[in-house]
Amino acid sequence: MNVLDLFGYSIDLLAVLLLALGLKGLSTVRSARSANGLAALAMGLAVLGLLLQLQPDPIAWLWIAIGTAIGGLLGLVTARRVPMTAMPETVALFNGCGGMASLLVAMAVALYDSDGADLVELISIVISVFVGAITFTGSIAAMGKLQGWLGTPGWTQSSVRHGVNITLAIAALVGGFTMPGDPTGAPLWILLGASSLLGIGVTLPIGGADMPVVISLLNSYSGVAAAAAGFVVGSQLLIVAGAMVGAAGLILTQVMCTGMNRSLVSVLFGGALGGSAPVGGGGDEAGYTRIVSCSAEECAMALENAERVVFVPGYGLAVAQAQHALRELSKLLEANGSEVSYAIHPVAGRMPGHMNVLLAEADVPYEQLLEMDTINPDFPRTDVVIVLGANDVVNPDAKNDAQSPLYGMPVLEVDQARQVFVVKRSLGAGYAGIKNALFELPQTAMVFGDAKAVLQQLCTELRSQGVGKAA
Amino acid sequence: MTTLSQALWVLLLGSLLGLELIGKVPPTLHTPLMSGANAISGITVLASITLIANAQDNPALLILGSVSLGFALFNVIGGFLVTDRMLAMFSRKKSGGAR
Repeated sequence: MNVLDLFGYSIDLLAVLLLALGLKGLSTVRSARSANGLAALAMGLAVLGLLLQLQPDPIAWLWIAIGTAIGGLLGLVTARRVPMTAMPETVALFNGCGGMASLLVAMAVALYDSDGADLVELISIVISVFVGAITFTGSIAAMGKLQGWLGTPGWTQSSVRHGVNITLAIAALVGGFTMPGDPTGAPLWILLGASSLLGIGVTLPIGGADMPVVISLLNSYSGVAAAAAGFVVGSQLLIVAGAMVGAAGLILTQVMCTGMNRSLVSVLFGGALGGSAPVGGGGDEAGYTRIVSCSAEECAMALENAERVVFVPGYGLAVAQAQHALRELSKLLEANGSEVSYAIHPVAGRMPGHMNVLLAEADVPYEQLLEMDTINPDFPRTDVVIVLGANDVVNPDAKNDAQSPLYGMPVLEVDQARQVFVVKRSLGAGYAGIKNALFELPQTAMVFGDAKAVLQQLCTELRSQGVGKAA
Repeated sequence: MTTLSQALWVLLLGSLLGLELIGKVPPTLHTPLMSGANAISGITVLASITLIANAQDNPALLILGSVSLGFALFNVIGGFLVTDRMLAMFSRKKSGGAR
């Protein structure tokens, strides 16, 4: 061991330390941004340390430069261009590519460098290919579903899919177990093909609203794939970092599930509830008996006289990309002397925390975003609540009806407010696929329409009443 | 140099560290955290670089290594930048709200 090696190892250790601190810092609002920078720095250090240890020859440098230029440039452009509303898809895409990288390394070693590889290395290759392929195809399928490129095919909602997926899993297992006997032969390709299809087969049946949980889980998988790749190439740093991200991703997945009152098992194997599935379709409308619907004008009149207004933004708001229109409306109301705040349910939006990002993008002051526990006691003294594309998170059945599947899930207690307007495209169910008792309460009125269009109408109405000019 | 038992210890301790690091996270930060963790999982760049450096001019290894490096760096660079974009909004909003 010479001085250079020692230097390299020190850099490795420092990189792990900074990565861990970065990951930890990301969980506090104040330190999050610098922690992200810290993690990026740690990554740079790790690469630097590795290059010092390996001392690649000129040809290797050339290929490193090519890969760096292409991947780095694409990442740069994608990160700059992508709209904030498409964040879940983007994370899925990045994540899939991480899985793909681990997969490619393992495949390359298996095909061209497996002479004299020991059993541990071969097993690592199998794990890396298996997890890497599932991560890649699963993430791409998740992205496709979130973008609306992929639907939820009928067969995936029947028990057929379990048969298909079990067959694929068995095929992958057989490939995996026989691969060490014949590292470059058919078993490797069976493993690759079956795992790739399995990733799609598992992700495709899951409803759009559960997708964030899946992405988070796949995020964890890509850590596992990286750790396995660490075993393949013999890099302890890679093993630590991969294991760390894998474990952290698992915790985050669990947190998300808890917030949605869903168990991981039901997300993965329960199939699509609502979301893009037909459960939320027209057939459910018959279930409602006492629905009052009203026009945007009536809603605007109520708003004009309200002293305290709370918006409850949800999934529908994100889909309609209505956050800027919402901000415009709340500015008008503030000019009119109303007190405006936003009630953020822990799982509002398409991912936990996504709504905060979207509203922050629309210049909503941070302190107007109130979390559930803060705002719930305030609802009784709220004049008007406007629910925008949220459903299950405001369902009073979660508190009152022990028979409801939502029972026990923490909800925003908007039923305590004096007047509630629910802006919704139709009476379709939320992703829990059940009726919302809120819609039938006497103080509730439905404003049917696209969230963005309704908000713009409200702004127009208020302006025509002279609101916003007087102030 | 890296014996199996060493590597397994590292795996175990790394996992435990990961489980501990993320205990309480405000819901606001779930999306950025997921995105940041995702960028970190691109650490597999190290595997790609190792593959290229040890390729000993085998063209197949060089090309596959380079492609995988591209994928991994796409994940890393894109992931960190996107996370920063999200988090930048929070900090800007905080000072903006104080006005």
